Order: sequence, then structure tokens, then C-alpha cells
Amino acid sequence: MRYQMNRRGVLKAGAATMAATALTPLATAARSEPSRGGDLRMGIAGANTSDSWDGRTHSDSFMIMHGHGCVFDCLTEVTASGELIGELAENWEASPDAKVWTFNLRKDVTFHNGKPFGADDVLESLMMHTAEGAKSAAKPIVSAIQGMEKLTDHQIQLTLAAGNADFPYLMSDYHILMYPAGMVEEAIANGIGTGLYKVENFDPGVRLVCSRVDGHYKDGRAGWFDSVESIAINDASARMNALMTGEVDAVNRVDFKIETLLRANPNIEIFEVTGNQHFTFPMLTNVDPFTDVHVRKALKYAVNRQEMVDKILLGHGKIGNDHPIGPANQYYHSELEQLEYDPDKARFHLKEAGMDSLAIDLSASDAAFPGAVDAAQLYQASAEAAGISINVVQEAADGYWSNVWLKKPWCACYWSGRATEDWMFSTAYELGVPWNDNHWDNQRFQDLLFEGRAELDSDRRREIYHEMQALMSAEGGTIIPMYANYVDANSTKLTHGPDLGNLWQMDGSRIAERWWMA
Amino acid sequence: MHSVLFIVIRRLGLGVLTLFAVSVMIFLSVNMLPGDFAEAILGQGATPEAIAAIREDLGLNKPAVTRYFDWLFGVLTGDFGTSFAQANFSAFAGEATGKGGIGSVAAQLEPRFMNTLFLAMVSALISVPLSLTLGILAALFRNSAYDRAVNIGTLSSISSPEFFLAYVLILFLAVLTPIFPSLSNIYADMSMADRLERTMLPALTLTLVVTAHMMRMTRAAIINLLASPYIEMARLKGISPFRVIVVHALPNALAPIINVIALNLAYLVTGVVVVEVVFVYPGIGQLFVDSVKIRDIPVVQACCLIFAAAYILLNLMADVLSIISNPRLRHPK
Repeated sequence: MRYQMNRRGVLKAGAATMAATALTPLATAARSEPSRGGDLRMGIAGANTSDSWDGRTHSDSFMIMHGHGCVFDCLTEVTASGELIGELAENWEASPDAKVWTFNLRKDVTFHNGKPFGADDVLESLMMHTAEGAKSAAKPIVSAIQGMEKLTDHQIQLTLAAGNADFPYLMSDYHILMYPAGMVEEAIANGIGTGLYKVENFDPGVRLVCSRVDGHYKDGRAGWFDSVESIAINDASARMNALMTGEVDAVNRVDFKIETLLRANPNIEIFEVTGNQHFTFPMLTNVDPFTDVHVRKALKYAVNRQEMVDKILLGHGKIGNDHPIGPANQYYHSELEQLEYDPDKARFHLKEAGMDSLAIDLSASDAAFPGAVDAAQLYQASAEAAGISINVVQEAADGYWSNVWLKKPWCACYWSGRATEDWMFSTAYELGVPWNDNHWDNQRFQDLLFEGRAELDSDRRREIYHEMQALMSAEGGTIIPMYANYVDANSTKLTHGPDLGNLWQMDGSRIAERWWMA
Repeated sequence: MHSVLFIVIRRLGLGVLTLFAVSVMIFLSVNMLPGDFAEAILGQGATPEAIAAIREDLGLNKPAVTRYFDWLFGVLTGDFGTSFAQANFSAFAGEATGKGGIGSVAAQLEPRFMNTLFLAMVSALISVPLSLTLGILAALFRNSAYDRAVNIGTLSSISSPEFFLAYVLILFLAVLTPIFPSLSNIYADMSMADRLERTMLPALTLTLVVTAHMMRMTRAAIINLLASPYIEMARLKGISPFRVIVVHALPNALAPIINVIALNLAYLVTGVVVVEVVFVYPGIGQLFVDSVKIRDIPVVQACCLIFAAAYILLNLMADVLSIISNPRLRHPK
């Protein structure tokens, strides 16, 4: 069975949904056709002196951008419009139970050192993640592969322990980069990948210079710059300054404090997308009073979501609906009834729970997300009207994730989101997983989770994931008031296609591939 | 001359003791910071198992005293250790990083320290002649409008925080009149001219910070001498005021001036942290900030030792030079 998934084909048909989700300011009327040439200079936050080309360790923006978005490639790639296409894999097929996956690899691809790319490279690159002592962030993905087999030089077969319909999506994960077999250590030391740009000079935590390779399989669809120079600028003011003074052409993570100044500059554009990144207030639903669904419902109606978006995110976000699936997900339920701030309903549910008033602690620290303490205080104020008195406990930022999160009955937290529904749910909402921060025990939800994982039929999966989102929104134990946008800025010297990727910042971290000189 | 040698040796010995005390203090204070490397690097992923695994790998679960002496013996044998970040990532990759290899603190510090020295040198080359000139002229025209203007100017620049001065300079010299680049991202294969151009704004910022101290000391030391009888004699002979100051007063005022210059040179090496962050200058200060953030104790320790050593050596140099410039100290009775 030939099987090619289309990430948001359906959403595209309903163009209204797209308009609602992609907040891209595409005001600039006519965009030029892409053309080769020019040097891309970027100022990027999220760089460390310990950065290396080891995809297993990539966790911050600098390496995410330049790992899978510049120097290396994955097997699959999510396009700017959200479609899943082959990157080093040409296409793939699955067995009906979604357990056995056969990938046909691209031929005539070479690494930057001239070594041709083939099946052995894929197998060795995958095995890196499960090697003895390797602490790869992608270990859960790769360890689900039970058998790896090389069928021909350009065809591999992967057998999973349990069916997973999202498997090709998972292969686009930025940790799972393809290295040349037999010289992985050298490739990690020098950055030898198959990407559009090869490393000229890399000083970790300081600067990276790459040049365009000649003759690449993405020619004609990506890779327009002659070179890419990225300077590590972790300090927000220095980064904005570099863009304002024209030292760089693009920066990530715009500092909202000086947003108006950037907007006032005619040579600078701010681009923002709503992705899957969201801020949460998880409650341990096996701890009183959160065991009572009416208490949870009361709390859902006691939060003023729009106010949080306006005041905490300064408008750079979108209200959440108490489920973790974001607009960048394939089966995002955009039609789901929106939870609104309603003190009367909150009071009603409190009565149903047999209470006149409720006093609870909410633990928060700005380590959870920027502005978490303020958000908790807004929550406190809005809940007051519903007879719920929230005591905001300000926790220490250091050690927050080990001492507060997963331990205190109700706290603040953030998730960068996951590319697939199943991945997100099984990271934080499947019973028994280590990061389950709410312990929500709902039989129907857990059953659907397993059903959806092995279901290949796209329509059925949509039903499943929509029902799961509705269930969580109605009864789940996590308040998800808002999605935080990715807000980046560029000089008008640069331009890009009609869509902007919303999986990560900087056009899905692929600005170096997709953008060009205006 | 023997007494000078003796002083140098004694001061060096004291310096080593000071370094030792500094290292104990740094170790204690970094350990007192809440959270450790494992927690800092894992963030949300800080599950107890992951934290325990990283602590085990890096030896963070050993008692602090053991860790301190392990580190101290390493330093005494010239091995500053491996930065936690590097050690952790080689543990990820499953490869070994040897002594003095790519991941060693020494290898990581060296290029950064060279950059910092370069910045300090450029700043010193600008600020020392500038403040001496300003100081001498201020002594010459003391209590004039010029004297007051220089005093007010330098005092206000030393009173402003460095980052503020940095942004003022960026505003005037990079944004409004784009003479210099606002980013000072220098790197190894840059030509000297480019390097100087890129270093200019941070160097000017540092100059503004250190000029006041040196200039005022020059002025005060000279004015102090102007009341002495031999200066009066010189003036009575009809020598021009400029010559009186430069030829007769200045040599005798050198000792305190040299002292202040050395102190400020030490500041140029150690006080660059904020300036380097603002201008994205890849020096030791920036590395220091990054390392404190992730509690990378070996790097923090090494940076602090370098800072302390710079202070001690430059102070020693100041003392030696002031002894040499003063015959009375050169030949003690």
C-alpha cells in the first residue's frame, strides 16, 4: 500500500481555518520569485559553548536551526505549509497495521566529504540513538524500532514494536539526523552532512559560517543563499540592536519590550506564527480536591484566557482550550467549542462539587514560562469572582522542574508541543509515562490514544484525535490558557514564500533553506 | 636591586596564597548557588534518573571537599579539567575527551582569553595616553573651564553603568552616525584592520570607564607637587609652566600614577564581563557568564583564577614600577 500523508490537506481545503491559525503578516504585496545569491546573516539566541553537531544533544534554537535546517538532513521533512514530504527518503510504504515501514532512499546524494548516501548510513544514524550510554532525546522514537533491515543500497525496512501511523513524521524530528556510516565521530566533529550548506567555520557558542554546496537534490526548491553566517547573540538587547543597525538580516525571539521600535523601522518586518508551544497549569487529578471533575470544570471557567494572552504574551499568542494540540498539528480541532471565562458557571460547578468556596495553592515561578507568576496572579484575580481563592505560591526558579513540577498538586508549566498528536499525548497524558504531570485517568481517552496510534486511515484518526481533544477540554486536569507565538524579525532585504512553518521558530527552523534575497 | 627581587618573590608567594583563598571562595560560592549543572542543563527534562545519571558521570555526587581537592591537584599539575558541558556531551556521544584535549577548559579558555587581552590592550592604548594628557593639561590649567569640563565629563562617564555607556555609544556611533559596527564579533581569521574596527566600540566604552580614575590621579599628583620648593625654584628660573610640569613635576608624580594605571589595566581584563555581553564580543567575560548560567564549575573556577591572577600580577607590577621610579624606595635605609 502506497501511503503518503498530507499534513494539513484538509485544513487547506477549509481556508478559513488557515487564516485563523497562521497569523503571518503577509502584507508585502508581491513577493519576488526565488533566486540564487546573497549571504544570509543571522543573530540567533539559544547558542551554547557546548554546542556540537551531535543531533542527539540538540535542544536549543541555534543547533536546531543549523542541524536539520542547514547542514544535515532527516529522512522526512515538514514543509512550510505543514505537508510531510521526503527529505533523504524519496517515499515510503507501511504495512496495514502500521508496524512495518519501508523507506525508499534518494539516490545520487552525497555527503559534504564526497561519500555517497545509502541504506547503511540510515541504519547507523538511527542506531546512534539507542547506543549504550547514549542519552538521546529521540531515544523513545528509535527504541520503538524492533528490527532494522537493509533491503537494497537504497531501501530499508523498519519494524516497529507496535503500530505507529505517525512514524514518518517522527523521522522528521530534528534529533534524527543522517550521518555518514563508519565516520560518525568525524561527522560530528566537523559537521559533515548532506544538507544544502556545508560548514566552513564553526566556533561553538560564537559563530557559524556555511557555504552552499554545488549541485544538491533540493536545487530549484530550496537553498537560495550563497552562504549563511550565524552569530550567537543570547542577549536580547544586543540581538535586536544587531538587526536595527543592519549587522544581521534576521533574528529570532523578538524582545517584546522593544517591539514598537522594531515596527517603527521601515526596514524591519516582524513575522510571527502560532505553533504548538503552549503554557499550562497542570493539576494532579489524583490529589484532592482535583479528583472532582466539577472542581476542574470550575477552574476551567474561572480563568480569563484572553486577558492572559493580552497581558502575559502582549497579544503574541492565541487562547488555548485545555488540550495540548496546537495549530501546527495535523488534526487540530479548530471547531471545538471554546472555553470562556464565566464566573457563574464556575460557581455552578463548585456547587455541584458540594462547595461554597474553594481555597487552593497554585505554585508558579518564571522558570515555568516567562510571566508565569503574573499569569498565576491574573488567574487569582479572575477566580476570585467565582468564589475560588487561589493562593499563588512563588517558587524558586532554580530546581523548579525537579522540586515543583510533577510534585506540587497544581503548578505552572510549559510545553513546546510535539509534531504529532500521539507524540504529545503519549509524552504527558498517557497513564504511567514519566512526564505525565496531571495523572488524568480517563478510560475512554487512554483507549482512543492506543487506537489512534495504529490507525492509518486519516479520517478515522481525525475523529479519534478530535474526540480526545474534546474530552480533555471538557474534563481534563490541565488548564491550558494560551499558545505562545514564535515571534522573529527580519530585514526587508529578505523575503520568503507564501507560508511560514509553525513547528519551530524561524520558519520551522528552515529559514536558511527556504528564504531568499528580495 | 636585591631588595626589589626579594619584594617580588615575597609578593609572588603571597599572590599564590591569595589565589588559593580565591579558589576556595569561588568553589564555595558556586556550590552555594541553588541548582547544579545537571539541573541547569536538563531544565524541564530534570527527572530524578536523568539528574542522577549526569551527576554520576561528572562526579558531582562526590562530597564537595573531595571535588575541590581533585580539582586543586589537577590545577597544580597544569590540568584545569574538562568543562562539564563538554564532558556531558562527550558522554552523550560516548567518546573520551583526554587531558588537554578539545574539551579541556584550557583549550576552551585560550582563544577567549586572547580576545579579552586584545580588547584590554586596545583600550589601554587609547585610555592611558588620553588620561595622562587630559590629566597633565588639567593640572596645567587647573580651575579653568577646561579643567572643570574634563572633570565633569570623566566623572559622569565613570558614574554611569557600563551597559548604559555602551548603549549611548551604540546610539551615537553605530545608529545615528554609523561609523563603527555595533556587533564586535571578532574571529580568528580576521584581518587586523577589521578586528580593530570591530573592537573599537567596546574599547571606547572601557576607555570611558577607566579614564576618570587615571586622569584625576595624574592631575592630583602633579598639583600636589606644584607647591614644593623645587618647583617654585624652577618657576623662578623662568621655565615655562608646561616644561615645569612635564620635566620637573611629572617624574616625581609617576609612582602614584603608575599605581592607578596598573589597577585600571587589571580592571580592563577583569571588568569586561558586561561590555562583552552587550557587544557580543567573544572574550572570557562572555564565556564566564554562559558558564555561571549552567553552573559549569571548572570553567567558572578557571575564569576566576585568571581574573585573580591578572589583579595580583598587575598590582605587583605596579609596586615594582613605583619602587623603581622612586630612588628612595630603591635604596631603603
